[in-house]
Amino acid sequence: MSAGKRPVQLWRNLSAKIAAIPMILTALVIFVGCSLWTVFYSFTNSKLLPKVKFVGLNQYERLWSTNRWLISIENLVIYGICTLIFSLLIGFLLAALLDQKIRFENTFRSILLYPFALSFIVTGLVWQWVLNPQFGIQKIIRDLGFENFAFDPLYNPDIVIYGVLIAGLWQGTGLIMCLMLAGIRGIDQEIWKAARIDGIQTWKTYVFIVIPMMRPVFITSLVIIASGIVRVYDLVVAQTGGGPGIASEVPAKYVYDYMFQNQNLGQGFAASTMMLLTVAIVIVPWAYLEFGSKKHV
Amino acid sequence: MSETVSDPGLGEPFGPKPRKRFSRRNIFIYGTLIFVSLYYLLPLYVMVATSLKGMPEIRLGNVFAPPVDITFAPWVKAWAEACTGLNCDGLSRGFWNSVRITVPSVVVSIIIASVNGYALANWRFKGSDTFFTILIVGAFIPYQVMIYPIVIVLREIGLYGSIWGLVIVHSIFGMPILTLLFRNYFTSIPEELFKAARVDGASFWGIYFKIMLPMALPIFVVAIILQVTGIWNDFLFGVIYTKPDTYPMTVQLNNIVNSVQGVKEYNVNMAATILTGIVPLVIYFISGKLFVRGIAEGAVKG
Repeated sequence: MSAGKRPVQLWRNLSAKIAAIPMILTALVIFVGCSLWTVFYSFTNSKLLPKVKFVGLNQYERLWSTNRWLISIENLVIYGICTLIFSLLIGFLLAALLDQKIRFENTFRSILLYPFALSFIVTGLVWQWVLNPQFGIQKIIRDLGFENFAFDPLYNPDIVIYGVLIAGLWQGTGLIMCLMLAGIRGIDQEIWKAARIDGIQTWKTYVFIVIPMMRPVFITSLVIIASGIVRVYDLVVAQTGGGPGIASEVPAKYVYDYMFQNQNLGQGFAASTMMLLTVAIVIVPWAYLEFGSKKHV
Repeated sequence: MSETVSDPGLGEPFGPKPRKRFSRRNIFIYGTLIFVSLYYLLPLYVMVATSLKGMPEIRLGNVFAPPVDITFAPWVKAWAEACTGLNCDGLSRGFWNSVRITVPSVVVSIIIASVNGYALANWRFKGSDTFFTILIVGAFIPYQVMIYPIVIVLREIGLYGSIWGLVIVHSIFGMPILTLLFRNYFTSIPEELFKAARVDGASFWGIYFKIMLPMALPIFVVAIILQVTGIWNDFLFGVIYTKPDTYPMTVQLNNIVNSVQGVKEYNVNMAATILTGIVPLVIYFISGKLFVRGIAEGAVKG
């Protein structure tokens, strides 16, 4: 290609390039620029305002010796593992039940999916009320005669994260069920016929034939659930406010509190960089497996 | 098998054996589904029931007891009188803020994303796929990593704390999923159509407005549903990029319910919670299958 042709190249397709300016700005300035900015400033001791005074890894050392951060991580791990397991399990079981050529399938599906339309704030507040020990589930069971029954997850630091988990699952499993159902329906009917002719039991067909064939759906669900877990914030703010004490803190809340309330930007940046790192550890291998070998998106 | 009997004249029964309506299998399936459905509906019922009770009734009973003395006072109070900070004009303020935020955000984000998707599908240029890949990968970056630099950017251009600043933020973070949605849709439209228009001399915008836009109406509806519910339900961006006077409904709701001052009025709180959830719920129940299609398409191809 000769040098004289270059300007022509640049002006070709000009309207498309102008139209893509918002996308280019978002990709470069926000997703790349802002992320690098935050990582960069996580090595400074910025307090109220960001300033370039490097302190090496000090912020990270402080972060990992702060009790609140360790609790946040522990909560995230518990919440994350449980959410992954139960979302996939419940989502698949419900999808398999809905797949049995039943009546009122649409009604059932609408009921199971409606919580997904609600915000985490609404979800958190409703479950805060349902789990209220004075008026909620605990009170009802005690009224039935079990005087010593105790179920007050939102007031017990040891199990508070499971109270959040109940609400999170209520909100999110419907989506996973829908994805799974689409996955099950996408499988060739011939396979079912073949399995039936061979006399394989229904549950065995699901476990040994259908599930392995649904690998892409499971991976999609996994990615959706995983990226939702790291972001969990609104739910905790609404349902427990991080309490009792700091028992239900999560990393996203740590970041917000340090950036916008405690005026300790450096800590916030370091914590959010750790979140970025966590996501990268999950996403990069997945992206590599999915897109690495083939060159198409 | 009975299906192999091809001559109905023989008088033999054929076709699959009719299932008994109350077989053990059916009882199990419907029983489980009904039980699970009740569990999913329970919080909705609790919200409505609590919001219709008076406070004395709440203190005496439990959350599942149906309301005896039905009163709409909590709803009125939640809408027009509940206090957050110094403002005591109820959730109505948050509601109208949310409307003022959601409408322009949905419009702007969908215009940008549809044009992006169109450019990526039909007018690829050098580097366009790279930017698209960055956009999709960027969708997985936790928002917490980017929120503070964006505060600085918005402050520099003088939009921090205003509704338009929040509109920009929603357009940015809605862009990956929406662009993907539109790109996939425009890619599925036969290329011959596009080529024919180009041969006839139609321009970038000419083809967009005269050919692509009219054909893409279904995907626009999906995108609108996706964005309205997403933006209405947003909390994080609202709390960061707006000021107390312009807080969206979710933020105001949280402030009302979780305020530490005063006596907790559970009925007012639940009325306020329903009021906040009602907009996405109505959209969900009206749009039905389109809603499912929107999230499934956005999710599966993401």
